[in-house]
Amino acid sequence: MIEVKGLSKSFGDNLVLDNINETIQKGEKVVVIGPSGSGKSTFLRCLNLLEQPTGGEIWFEGQQINKKDADINALRRKMGMVFQHFNLFPHLTVLQNITIAPVTLKLQSEEEANENAMRLLHRIGLADKADTYPSRLSGGQKQRIAIVRALAMNPDVMLFDEPTSALDPEMVGEVLEVMKELAADGMTMVVVTHEMGFAREVATRVLFMDGGHIVEQNTPQEFFEHPKHPRLKEFLSKVL
Amino acid sequence: MNILEQIYQCLIDKGRWQLILEGLGATLTIAAGAIVIGTVIGAVMALCRVSDNKLLRGISLVYITVIRGIPMVTQLMIFAYIIFAPVRMDKVLVAVIAFGINSGAYMTEIMRGGIQGVDPGQMEAGRSLGLSKWQTMFKIILPQAVKNILPTYTNEFIVLIKETSVAGYVAINDLTKVADAIRNATFNAWVPLLTAAAIYLLLTIGLTKLFSLLERRMARSDRG
Repeated sequence: MIEVKGLSKSFGDNLVLDNINETIQKGEKVVVIGPSGSGKSTFLRCLNLLEQPTGGEIWFEGQQINKKDADINALRRKMGMVFQHFNLFPHLTVLQNITIAPVTLKLQSEEEANENAMRLLHRIGLADKADTYPSRLSGGQKQRIAIVRALAMNPDVMLFDEPTSALDPEMVGEVLEVMKELAADGMTMVVVTHEMGFAREVATRVLFMDGGHIVEQNTPQEFFEHPKHPRLKEFLSKVL
Repeated sequence: MNILEQIYQCLIDKGRWQLILEGLGATLTIAAGAIVIGTVIGAVMALCRVSDNKLLRGISLVYITVIRGIPMVTQLMIFAYIIFAPVRMDKVLVAVIAFGINSGAYMTEIMRGGIQGVDPGQMEAGRSLGLSKWQTMFKIILPQAVKNILPTYTNEFIVLIKETSVAGYVAINDLTKVADAIRNATFNAWVPLLTAAAIYLLLTIGLTKLFSLLERRMARSDRG
């Protein structure tokens, strides 16, 4: 579904991603972990071109997306993204946050979009918040709304950029719960996170990034029980 | 002459109240017309300023540099005696255009600041949903930017109203010019000038109140 060939990204002289090759199949739940500055967030943000790669190719559903004539807006509709800091639209109600993209892009009528949004809100138990503004919500609620906002576009893949890192500890669980349900429904997911428990439980594959490279990858069981690379061993010994 | 007689002489005698009203009319016309033109120019130029297009960015940069670098009175005279000299146009209309173009330069910077003051994550969130840059700009960024700029915008309007007082330089009978004419005719400086001052003050206070009301209404989403 997503194919990354020789992906490089540098900010000025600083090489953040160095010749990365990776393929993500439909239905996979890929969790990316690594120390800060390892390039894992940049890698994720390159997948929907929030960062423009400086080298290499990114293919999504059979199309190269980092080409001049690629319709990136159309491709992004199929790639939902969830941010560390939620990035809900503060001037819109929860319902409007969810419906603005499908309605603006004329993918759904306002009625359909509202219905769809309410159905999604019911699923995460926040239907009563439909008409409130984001400033009234807790961090956990905001992030669950942000997930629903992305889901309202019926994406084929969901990208999560440290979705629980900005949350108070007691709110991490509710967000992970929504993500687990999503995974159980068969959504293709790429998740950058520090939540090792989530990686163990949900991932079909775990990638370890360090210094702009994918240093090691494996099934969660092998990854956590029998790490091979010394950097990964060192990292796991610190975080587990 | 006692104070009431002075007031009668300066404000009522020989239909001078009419003169003052006409002056106030000219002041308000220039300020209101200029704020509309200035807002439109400012919005367009601010979007140019934040666009990816080098030419558009260059145009807006030249515009604000030139306009902000020349005193208003000089600009007004250039418009009245050079640019619009060949066409017989109403002086007040010339002033509306001159003040509008001048105010637009300040508006550009106010609005650019407002746009750039919105969290970059908002643009990313909009784009990640498949909205185009301009869709995100108009639906997500600008509504938030408007809220950011409202206090500075009010201030610019107030500055503009006060600045129209130089319109007399190109023979427009605005409020200040009219007050000065009454001073000349009556040899009484106090009454006409303080009357003009009081009217300016009432205008600016009224506007400040109006805009702060608007600000409070727009802050609704912050309180939830």
